[in-house]
Amino acid sequence: MRGATILKASDDKTRALNKHTLMAFSGEAGDTIQFAEYIQANAQLYSMRNNIDLSPSAVAHFVRGELASSLRSRKPYNVNLLLGGVDPITDKPSLYWLDYLASLAPLPYAAHGYAQYYCLSILDKHHHPDIDYEQGLKILRMCTDELKRRLPIDFKGMLVKVITKDGIKEVEYDDEARIACP
Amino acid sequence: MASGYDRALSVFSPDGHVFQVEYALEAVKRGTCAVGVKGSDIVVLGCEKRSAMKLQDTRITPSKIGLVDTHVCLAFAGLNADARILVDKARLEAQSHRLTVEDPVTIEYITKYVAGVQQRYTQSGGVRPFGISTLIVGFDPNDKTPRLYQTEPSGIYSAWKANAIGRSSKTVREFLERNHKDDMDREATIKLTIKSLLEVVQTGAKNIEIAIMAPGKLLEMLPLEDIEAYVKSIEQEKVEEAAKKKGGRSGTGNTTLPSRAGASDE
Repeated sequence: MRGATILKASDDKTRALNKHTLMAFSGEAGDTIQFAEYIQANAQLYSMRNNIDLSPSAVAHFVRGELASSLRSRKPYNVNLLLGGVDPITDKPSLYWLDYLASLAPLPYAAHGYAQYYCLSILDKHHHPDIDYEQGLKILRMCTDELKRRLPIDFKGMLVKVITKDGIKEVEYDDEARIACP
Repeated sequence: MASGYDRALSVFSPDGHVFQVEYALEAVKRGTCAVGVKGSDIVVLGCEKRSAMKLQDTRITPSKIGLVDTHVCLAFAGLNADARILVDKARLEAQSHRLTVEDPVTIEYITKYVAGVQQRYTQSGGVRPFGISTLIVGFDPNDKTPRLYQTEPSGIYSAWKANAIGRSSKTVREFLERNHKDDMDREATIKLTIKSLLEVVQTGAKNIEIAIMAPGKLLEMLPLEDIEAYVKSIEQEKVEEAAKKKGGRSGTGNTTLPSRAGASDE
């Protein structure tokens, strides 16, 4: 697809809050990074002060509180977030969906922005509570294929990060393949 | 001597002293001893630990060695409660520095900040100075040179190869002056730290705390068994040395006992 403007493909729209919590963000360009780094600094300050990391659910509720007070300020942050993490004590994974109106929802799968109109139906159909990592990647592949097929902007591909109890790592994700439109 | 000039903090005595600051230094001298030693690519902090009471839960009693940021470690001597406040301010500044300039603090920067806070409390009304000296150690980001700084209640800060603060610090510093060498490896640095602490800690390994920092690594607290092993080997050496001396000229007795000469400087 061609156009006068193109998106930056190599932009990392995530921030690691501690060893096993990652926050992905979208929204107003300046707001997102400003807000994410503010949350990151506070999460790390907590870790330094208390000698233990905040759990993903604690971070999620903290972030919601910050968004809620920002919403009622003179100039609210326009930021939508996905927050993923593994609790280091219980080893339970969790995913939180937050938007700029400070809604918080723990969900099995989630998406933000225009892409969610294409992805959520696929996730509804294929997600199951006890899928493993490989199956998860397979569903993600279905989602990105669908985006390539239908998204009206030039889709530049994905940056994929995986959070396990051992930490956060970026994984190789091949999105060069051409997708046929039926 | 003190006739009204030690009441308000920000008032000089006629001969140029600020008494409250000097009293703060006195509080430092009464605190438990802390030692910092630099090696060639490592820096070690050692602390004298107060012996815990029988019912005290040592596992969750706070330590005298604390992390300011992942690459900055701080030990103090003096009033524990004052230290908590100061360390917290330092941690906040370290994180705030990361947020504003996207870089971790350098050791000198955070030392200057801590000293700056201490100075401020000697010159403003309604407050008293921090009754603590600190040793700040660590490695600057992307740098392998070990750093060791000291701050005092007056707000003075200084850089050292090895130094001690707190109870009997004079004895320990003199010991370090005699025994410190440049380019010590990890083993030698840890050993010197423990050896210098043994000059003033009579009760041995269980009252010693050791923290080790290496470039790009997290803080390492030396486990008790390891400290015990070091203490044992140091005592062994002392016995051997004494035996050698005895062989040379008999009659000189208890050289094996740790010297307690410095106990008088309190």
